[in-house]
Amino acid sequence: MGHQASPDLNVAGGGAAGTDRAAGQHHGAPHEPVLVGETRRRLDEILERYPNKMAALLPALWLVQDERGWVSEDSMAEVAQALGLTPAYVKGVVTFYTMYHQHPVGKHFIQVCTTSPCNVCGAEDVVSAFLKHTRTGELGVTSDDGRFTVIEVECLGACGFATPVMINEEFLESVTPERVPEILARLK
Amino acid sequence: MGFPHKPHPRETTVLSQYFGDREAMTLDGWRKRGGYQMLEQALGMEPTAITNIVKDSGLRGRGGAGFPTGVKWSFMKIGDGKPHYLCCNADESEPGTFKDREIMRWTPHALIEGCAIASYAIGAETCYIYIRGEFTDPLVSMEAALKEAYAKGVVGKNAMGSGKTVNVYVHKGAGAYICGEETALMNSIEGRRGNPRIKPPFPAVSGVFGMPTTINNVETLAAVPPILKNGADWYKKFSRPDNPKSTGSKLYSVCGNIQRPGNYEVVMGFPFKEFLYDLCGGPLPGRSFKAVIPGGISVPIQTMDEAEATLMDYEGFVAQGTMLGSGGVIVFDDAQCMVKQIARAARFFAHESCAQCTQCREGTAWVTKIMERIEAGGGTMADLDTLLEISENMTGKTICVLSDSCATPVVSGIKKFRHEFEAHITQKRCPMKSPAAASSVAA
Repeated sequence: MGHQASPDLNVAGGGAAGTDRAAGQHHGAPHEPVLVGETRRRLDEILERYPNKMAALLPALWLVQDERGWVSEDSMAEVAQALGLTPAYVKGVVTFYTMYHQHPVGKHFIQVCTTSPCNVCGAEDVVSAFLKHTRTGELGVTSDDGRFTVIEVECLGACGFATPVMINEEFLESVTPERVPEILARLK
Repeated sequence: MGFPHKPHPRETTVLSQYFGDREAMTLDGWRKRGGYQMLEQALGMEPTAITNIVKDSGLRGRGGAGFPTGVKWSFMKIGDGKPHYLCCNADESEPGTFKDREIMRWTPHALIEGCAIASYAIGAETCYIYIRGEFTDPLVSMEAALKEAYAKGVVGKNAMGSGKTVNVYVHKGAGAYICGEETALMNSIEGRRGNPRIKPPFPAVSGVFGMPTTINNVETLAAVPPILKNGADWYKKFSRPDNPKSTGSKLYSVCGNIQRPGNYEVVMGFPFKEFLYDLCGGPLPGRSFKAVIPGGISVPIQTMDEAEATLMDYEGFVAQGTMLGSGGVIVFDDAQCMVKQIARAARFFAHESCAQCTQCREGTAWVTKIMERIEAGGGTMADLDTLLEISENMTGKTICVLSDSCATPVVSGIKKFRHEFEAHITQKRCPMKSPAAASSVAA
């Protein structure tokens, strides 16, 4: 087990459609530097907070993913260069943490908590509703139009507001199967 | 975002008084409510004087371990010439627990003030608040509050005009339960994989960047300003007369099959039966309680007999077969299958194992496999012995206690709900599977 992007993640499927934040970005596309301009300025500010550059690694990876929607190998190499690390080291860190995507995901990355407290409150029914209404039908698969990927995640820390769902970085509480169509309808 | 309930008259709202009060989220609003007076006062005191007050108050770590906070602070040698660090553990990932997120999104300045006072008390000029990456609202509210705090000189190079430096930064996590373990948290701040470290050395000797470090939970730090304001004796009043070891108030996160889930703040020693049936409204219509895990998924499951006899403090939960832990109260009613839920708990731990230690890496996966096989009707009686043997090998033998935590629901489940396991095994199916047994949602 360990920390990888969900083991169910099927990236041979619609992943290449990518996100519109990552326009043109997929494996094999020429790499446009991320750590430039305003983003570079923010990294410099972050570097002031730590006694060494390595400690800015998680923040730097967030800067990349916030802009591109995922962390490509080329981005990892760029971050490594900026922080005086090796690409292999950066990859070792990226693969540990579940929130960094190593492949493009659907435009709306839907994560449903199914850990015990939500499990007893109907979380699995919420998952089924999302799989049905996104027409993905399977966990980790991106819909044909590239809009949706649905996965299960572990405890999101909102157990009293069952079932919590994250859609990219948006955090929804108290999701029930009945609310799913309306939630999906307002996503473009 | 979801709003908290109106405080129940039997709650003691030390930390939660301003939950739901939007103005309290702002610096000016917080000041109007008396905020930052204690930071100003603290910065004029001797650091050890502050530590002594916190020691005297009996405050214990609210993240789960319950270690006396003042004692932990006293391990930091003031004036040793090394940079000291405070890490605030805001990684809240223990299933059942959702109190720190409320403190951060409703009273971010309370946490900043607690962090700043604690930093000063331990001789640290830098505090990292490690917030899990999934906590979108708390990340926004904490960053906004810190921006205000820096702009108004509350923190920074000349905190509150004291001439002393206190820097507070947010460090965003990226999805790993294990980074709530204090040494893994430090590794994560350093830009490493979140693998826990062997102790010793302890953080106060060699912590983040190899320097003396204290790690405290959000709720622990938020309690510091009220303790300074009202005094240690005030805090000690909130305890059972016959148990001075547990003092103060605690935020319990209540979830699962119960009428009124949410966070409830009560004093140490509060009767658990009244808590569940009165404050939280009891079971859902037509249901009855079957089991409760009172301190997050890592503490032993309680039967209702045990729960209803419990007085809610550290020693009180231990006396009734469990632990206070994080205070994440997960309630299971008679429509739930304990085998299924224990299997799901095991799967959680298997997913979150950092995989360093053989007993955990192999044990969590193996336990999950056996549990899921029993749930699906393919279990044998020998499986129960195997589960207990694996659990024994997973306990007390690893770098951190994730391994022990996986064993806990299995061991307590087999001990206290053995009949459910045996029913799956003899009937070769889940006896609860029927349309009527579908999971419940609070009305």
